[in-house]
Amino acid sequence: MSSIDYLRLLQLAAPETFLTLTGLMVLAVDLIVGRGSAPGTRIILSGSVAATGCLLAAGGLFLLPVYGTFAAGMLVADPLTVLIKVSLVILTLFTVLLAFSDAAPLADPGEYFALLLFACVGMMFLTSAEDLLMVFLALEFTSLSLYILAAFNKQSPHSTEAGIKYFLFGSISAAFMLFGLSLVYGVTGSVQLPEVAAGLARAGNDPLALVALVMIAMGFGFKVAAVPFHLWAPDVYQGAPIPSAALIASGSKVASFFVFAKVVVIGFGGAPAAVGSGAAPVWVILLGIMAAVSMILGNLAALVQVSVRRLLAFSAIAHAGYMLLGILAGTEGFGPLVYYVITYGLATVGAFGVVSIVQARTGSDRLCDFAGFHRRFPVLAFCMLIFMLSLAGIPPLAGFFGKFYVFAAAVKAGSLALFILALATSTVSLFYYLQVLKQIYVGETADASHWEPVPITVSVALLAMAFGVTLLGCFPDLLLNRITIALRITGF
Amino acid sequence: MLAWTIYSSFIGAALLMVLPRQHASLPRIVALVTAVLGLCLAFGGAIHMGSGELRTIVRVPWVSALGIDYHLGADGISLTLVVLTGLAAVAGILFSWNIATRPHEFFALYLALIGGVYGVFLSLDLFLLFVFYEIAIIPKYFLIAIWGSTRREYGAMKLALYSFAGSAMVLIGLIAAYVAAGSSTMNLMDLSAANFSRGFQMWAFPVVFIGFGVLAGLWPFHTWAPTGHVAAPTAASMLLAGVVMKLGAYGCLRVAMVLFPEGMDVWGIKILWIGSWRDVFGLLAVIGIVYGAMVALVQKDLKFVIGYSSVSHMGFVLLGLMTLNRVGLSGAVLQMFSHGVIAGLLFAVVGRMVYDRTHTRLLPELQQLHLNRTMPFAAVTFTLASMASMGLPGFSGFVAELQVLIGAWRAFPTLAVMTGIGILLGVAYSIRALHQAFFPDQVKTAAPAGPEDPVGNPISVSERFGVWLLIAASLLIGLFPGLLLQWIVPALQGPMFEALKKGGNW
Repeated sequence: MSSIDYLRLLQLAAPETFLTLTGLMVLAVDLIVGRGSAPGTRIILSGSVAATGCLLAAGGLFLLPVYGTFAAGMLVADPLTVLIKVSLVILTLFTVLLAFSDAAPLADPGEYFALLLFACVGMMFLTSAEDLLMVFLALEFTSLSLYILAAFNKQSPHSTEAGIKYFLFGSISAAFMLFGLSLVYGVTGSVQLPEVAAGLARAGNDPLALVALVMIAMGFGFKVAAVPFHLWAPDVYQGAPIPSAALIASGSKVASFFVFAKVVVIGFGGAPAAVGSGAAPVWVILLGIMAAVSMILGNLAALVQVSVRRLLAFSAIAHAGYMLLGILAGTEGFGPLVYYVITYGLATVGAFGVVSIVQARTGSDRLCDFAGFHRRFPVLAFCMLIFMLSLAGIPPLAGFFGKFYVFAAAVKAGSLALFILALATSTVSLFYYLQVLKQIYVGETADASHWEPVPITVSVALLAMAFGVTLLGCFPDLLLNRITIALRITGF
Repeated sequence: MLAWTIYSSFIGAALLMVLPRQHASLPRIVALVTAVLGLCLAFGGAIHMGSGELRTIVRVPWVSALGIDYHLGADGISLTLVVLTGLAAVAGILFSWNIATRPHEFFALYLALIGGVYGVFLSLDLFLLFVFYEIAIIPKYFLIAIWGSTRREYGAMKLALYSFAGSAMVLIGLIAAYVAAGSSTMNLMDLSAANFSRGFQMWAFPVVFIGFGVLAGLWPFHTWAPTGHVAAPTAASMLLAGVVMKLGAYGCLRVAMVLFPEGMDVWGIKILWIGSWRDVFGLLAVIGIVYGAMVALVQKDLKFVIGYSSVSHMGFVLLGLMTLNRVGLSGAVLQMFSHGVIAGLLFAVVGRMVYDRTHTRLLPELQQLHLNRTMPFAAVTFTLASMASMGLPGFSGFVAELQVLIGAWRAFPTLAVMTGIGILLGVAYSIRALHQAFFPDQVKTAAPAGPEDPVGNPISVSERFGVWLLIAASLLIGLFPGLLLQWIVPALQGPMFEALKKGGNW
């Protein structure tokens, strides 16, 4: 390899670099200025620095995007990845704003906000990678930040449990994935996605290639919490500090699904057909099964949950099933998948935000704790209505259009049976989303105690997200046109 | 002008959400003004349109990448139902003048539901139609769950899940049709001209028809209707029976039958005299008519009687659709209008006039109250409404059911005879309910009404207005059915129904 153009690298990775520096600055500010102040002041201080950094990074990415490829796919910046990065930074920004809520009794706000930013940087690198080694490195960087974020609340045994579970499952699946990647390298002799595709096509029905594909699918299946690799999700969603759980459920999912789709569509595109049948490549069958069981198990298990955060976890598993339909649809499903996962992330962060308000004031997140919420905070209750209905896929909210778009792509790609299963299970999902709303709007509570007001940043963030979900639902073109153009330029 | 029926309803709903909470009477006035405005717009728009031919009102690209347009338009069938919606909306608000708990939210949800219903009737783009169709689900749920009575949370959830399951089936058909037609348009006219293969139509038709049929009370998917109607507050029952069930029937006609006309062709084999989906759904409709009437005959709760009578009456609509001839189809549309008005009236008497004052709907208890003497206005209204519901000449029910029967006689003579039995049963349950609830035997009850005289709270002006409005509508259409038929018949002659004409004996 010839000499490396570091200036070019800095140019392409400017947003990531900027966020990393912001993370370090957050640490420094907390250490120098915040030391000795009250915890509330420290949260506001370091949180504002982090939020400003996110805002600037998103603005920079949006207004002055730089496109190019570095070192043969190690770092790719094209309109599509920039779009994903913008949404990742925005989701992180909302997560940061949510962390202002007193829900998270943060002992070390500086470290917490810095880790949120580092996790975001990891996801951004993940998005940019078209090289299996980079994919793995970025995935691990993201995961390590997220493990710590999940276990951050040292006082809570649940948070520790969440962190340990997430870490154990995560590291095992990472091992599988690394093994799979090494086999891919062994079979194809390359780690760059386009060459991998060519190599796999050459390899034909090589059993080693099959093993590799299965292992990579397992690794990604863990990241996106698809059944049967979902076991960590309910405990992490429930036990981790709420902003961490929100980021794991939204940003991490956006990045993982994007890179999963990229690896599958570009890399496995030429994957060997199933032994014997020759009709569908192995990964189609594998992902089809994963999608089906995720939709069924996620939706059915969510029905009986009492904890709203566990309910959101199972709903996330179900949504992972729907999103897998998008991956199954191949290039056709790429745009729908991106739309779906971004709007899903937005609604999920919002839902977690409302849960954090309730949890901070009642000490738990059971369904019955939401009773009478609409009388205490009518505006936030309305936001929750929007988030829940969007997740349930009720028009005119973004979730509905996302579903429509993904399902249409799935039908186009010929997976009619999975599509019918998805619609059937999504009928079930309305029941549990309505359970939450029923508590909020219909439930009565004898408890008339005063709830302290919600911090302004949290209210603003929730309103912005609810507005975004409604706007993207009413005018899908706002996002869709960008995705379509980006896909066209990128060549999908 | 017609498009503003939708916008004004949603604007009214949004306005109610932000109105200050101090004034308890403000929301109902705002709601009434909005609904009356909607009715005026509907009338004005309908007169402006003049004839019943299909016309586009608005068409702008919405989701350009998928070929989805924001496309509103109307033909005579839409006009009929839009006017019905306007009437039902105004009447419903007049009959919920006494809502005291959370009135802002009540009327906001009510108007949101109305806006969704207007939207469905005016959409010519299937994606848009579906969006409006689903918008109507959530307000229904909250209206019942918050302000309802008997087993309200159960009834509300059942209704929401049935509607959602139905719309999932519809979505299956719509997406399949969209993809089969090349994924470039969701326009109803373009899709209906897409020449889907016969095999595709054969499976897509029943899926979409049943999907919409769930909301139209198609037997055996009707079970949400009685529980939902009974649990709902008066205004919501009026809307549910009055217009929401029409959404289903309208969808069956406008989407399922127009998109997949060949789905009703004969299969080529006969299983027990049934040789096509048309026979299947015709039979289910007749079973609905007879079954609904029989169950209504043995109910103890007056509201359940009316709930089941709705299932029975909606059976006529579905039967009319399956006749596939001009008389039957126009009869079906007339019956939608007629049932919307009459069911609204019946629910208003039971839910608002009787139940809000006596706090019972059980026939044995009502017998003790001598309602014919204590509440003469309610008794007279219920008598008139029952007469209309039985299908006595002079009321709209007569012309509608007669047309359906004539159509059915041409298409399925055996089923027409069974329908006759259903009509007899309809007379029976109406008279039974009337007799037991309002005109009890003198011998049985000697004791006069106690100190807690139900008349303590006389029939209010708003209720009288509502009653006159609905009775006038039913009588007007009963005496001059041409008023609506002049819209409906040209619409059925339109190019949209061209393919349907081939299938039946038009």
